[in-house]
Amino acid sequence: MKKRLFALMLAMSLVSAVLAGCAGGSKTENPGTDNAPTLKELNIGIAQDLDDSLDPHKNVAAGTREIMFNVFEGLMKPTSTGDLIPAVAESYTVSDDHLTYTFKLREGVKFHNGQTVTPDDVLYSYNRCMEDNAEIQVKLPANIDKVYVENGDICFQLTEPSNEFLSYLTVAIIPADYTEQDTKPVGTGPFKFVSHTAQDSVVMERFEEYWGESAKLDKVTFKIIENADNIVLSLQSGAVDLFAHLTTAQTSQLGAGFHVEAGTMNLVQALYLNNAVAPFDDVRVRQALCYAVDREAMIDLAFDGYGYPIGTSIYPAFGKYYDESLVNNYPHDVEKAKALLAEAGYPDGFAMSITVPSNYKPHMDTAEVLVQQLAEVGVTATIQPVEWETWLSDTYVGRQFESTVVGVDAANMTARSLLERFTSTAGNNFVNYNNAEYDTLYAAAQASFDDAEQIALYRQAAANLSENAANVYLQDMADLVAVRDGVEGLNFYPIYVLDLSTLDIAA
Amino acid sequence: MKYAAKRILVLLVTMVIVSFLAFAAFEVIGGDPATAILGTQATPERLEALREELGLNRPFLTRYAEWLLGFFTGDLGMSYQYRQPVLELLQSKLSVTLMLSFVSFILIVAVSIPLGLLSSRMVGKRLDGLHTAFNQLCMAVPPFFTGILLSYLFGITLKWFMPGNFPGLGNNFLGSLKYLFFAAISIAIPRIAMTVRMLRSIIVREMNQAYVRTAISRGNDRGQVLRNHVLKNALVPVVTFLAQTMAEIMAGSVVVEQVFGIPGLGRMLVSSVANRDYPVVETLVVILAFWVVLAGTVADLLNQRIDPRLRLGADA
Repeated sequence: MKKRLFALMLAMSLVSAVLAGCAGGSKTENPGTDNAPTLKELNIGIAQDLDDSLDPHKNVAAGTREIMFNVFEGLMKPTSTGDLIPAVAESYTVSDDHLTYTFKLREGVKFHNGQTVTPDDVLYSYNRCMEDNAEIQVKLPANIDKVYVENGDICFQLTEPSNEFLSYLTVAIIPADYTEQDTKPVGTGPFKFVSHTAQDSVVMERFEEYWGESAKLDKVTFKIIENADNIVLSLQSGAVDLFAHLTTAQTSQLGAGFHVEAGTMNLVQALYLNNAVAPFDDVRVRQALCYAVDREAMIDLAFDGYGYPIGTSIYPAFGKYYDESLVNNYPHDVEKAKALLAEAGYPDGFAMSITVPSNYKPHMDTAEVLVQQLAEVGVTATIQPVEWETWLSDTYVGRQFESTVVGVDAANMTARSLLERFTSTAGNNFVNYNNAEYDTLYAAAQASFDDAEQIALYRQAAANLSENAANVYLQDMADLVAVRDGVEGLNFYPIYVLDLSTLDIAA
Repeated sequence: MKYAAKRILVLLVTMVIVSFLAFAAFEVIGGDPATAILGTQATPERLEALREELGLNRPFLTRYAEWLLGFFTGDLGMSYQYRQPVLELLQSKLSVTLMLSFVSFILIVAVSIPLGLLSSRMVGKRLDGLHTAFNQLCMAVPPFFTGILLSYLFGITLKWFMPGNFPGLGNNFLGSLKYLFFAAISIAIPRIAMTVRMLRSIIVREMNQAYVRTAISRGNDRGQVLRNHVLKNALVPVVTFLAQTMAEIMAGSVVVEQVFGIPGLGRMLVSSVANRDYPVVETLVVILAFWVVLAGTVADLLNQRIDPRLRLGADA
């Protein structure tokens, strides 16, 4: 009996010793938060790591750009309403022939390393994006003849006029010949980059010498939470205060202490069809699929009603280019779909595969609803889940697919960034859309520098995509953001960015 | 001395073989880092240019030989994704995973040995059935499940730690240790149950041996026999089992690191495989191989201390 007690006590004492050792640690942890009550710090959760170069001219990941938006600025800067305002430039003038743009630099704009922005830095940054360098992913349009400095002003000489030229000048300005941009980025934005620990966190602090209105938060820590099951947990535990791009299933679990703000993801989600393979090379088949799909029902089923149906490759935030009426081109109509299929020679339907990057749950959910809806018109669709990397190499670059559900985004606020990919010769025309009228319309829009005329041409191009049913357009997905009560000033942008400068914590 | 030399040789050969297999595996499964880096910006021309830049266009064996040469001269290369030296990238992650494995291991040893002893005395007693059932349950419960349970109980309800907010070993060592402790519990539970069951059956088996009967008949009490004779015999398989556990904890920490949001090697391994970040994968694979061989070596050495018959000499 005594021996048994001894063994038990031994076990207990070991466990309690370990526990005590750890309990001791908890006392030292708390003072950190009480120390400086005046500092405004915010923890924001992000679902993907910045596993990319941090150099603004080299990175391509949307998630990286989304938050590095706060660190970098170009001569111009986009606003939340989709306009462009001068940033590092103070103002600009355009020559009468629309071929020369002259930018006057804002005085005393500082980089985060303390240096003042010089015309040479601007020249360096923009020249870097015109060089033939495989690592540089941001490319300025080909119609720039040269960039030069004149009396301290930056001048761009164009070979032909372009209305969209200004949009490209949001490209980040970085210090000339600074070599650590990949891992220790330096820009001119309202927040300076402090550190990045892979798969753990990114820290930014307010840049005190910012030229414009100072940011309200002192420090922002982005916590990288890649495991979807941990997102709600870390909000509830207090580890993070804000988390964007959530699902309705996640936001409904939040409970008290949070509110949800809804914007749009600024993506064109569609069932993209490979226009080069049978039966999708027949416009009647593509149109039949458009009639077969019930977007409203899909959004209700898979997204609890959050989402904005679209009818072409332009999403609503694009304002002037967006034509709302195109949404109604293909109302849900099973009979019409069947008739079109019969006309095309498929009275009994056919079998097709839908390739879906399986790590994107919303796209998987969408595909599952589509399978049901297509079955109603006799089309047997099967979902083929693939890794994102495989999707990129086989579906996107290799174009080896029948159909795929993804969201396509815009790199900047030009209609070109959404519409260029459907011209027959575009390198990124992964759906192999080939329509002579479309090519003509797009080329005419590019050549035009009359604003109204250009908008009209782009809208015609967008209508062409809808009429020829280039793809089965679905929706611009809703962007649900969980925000801790007391955190305010969240602004949604028409592009994929998270602006920290307006965020604040109520006293 | 001969033994040490032999072990080091085994280690080197293992690491070379494992790294080669990992390299070869990527050749078979396909995909390339350039597509992962470029994402939707990829066009055939850009891909080609980036492949050239990263040196991916050269033959497989050339690339492997170059990596191996770099490895033996201390240059682990740059991560394709992060554009950061691999060593710098993995340093903090390695220490986190080592610490997590260490805490789990201490927990397993500290709890399972006394419990195993206790359990061996309960054989045939009244509560034995209940106790065995509980042991089975603990063995069957997957670490991710206990992980979620512990996060809710100690994190959300009791607020003993903050799930999703790992402080970092460098910033707050004790706080990090506490955080890791909860993750370690979920790793340890099934392992403890297994060790307890094993220890129990060995002790029971040994206690029925003739030498125990002899010792007791000579007037030793049961406890003395247990401590002086039985434990020594029981320890050899237990040490071997624990060494295996040590190796498996590290390889298996992937799941628990995900559940608790701990920035360790496990998550890095998963993402670098997905992104085809060869330099990172290779280094991780070598680290894991090294760890497994090391655990085996330590177990061998310990067992030789416990049981001199296992000592090499004649045959080495």
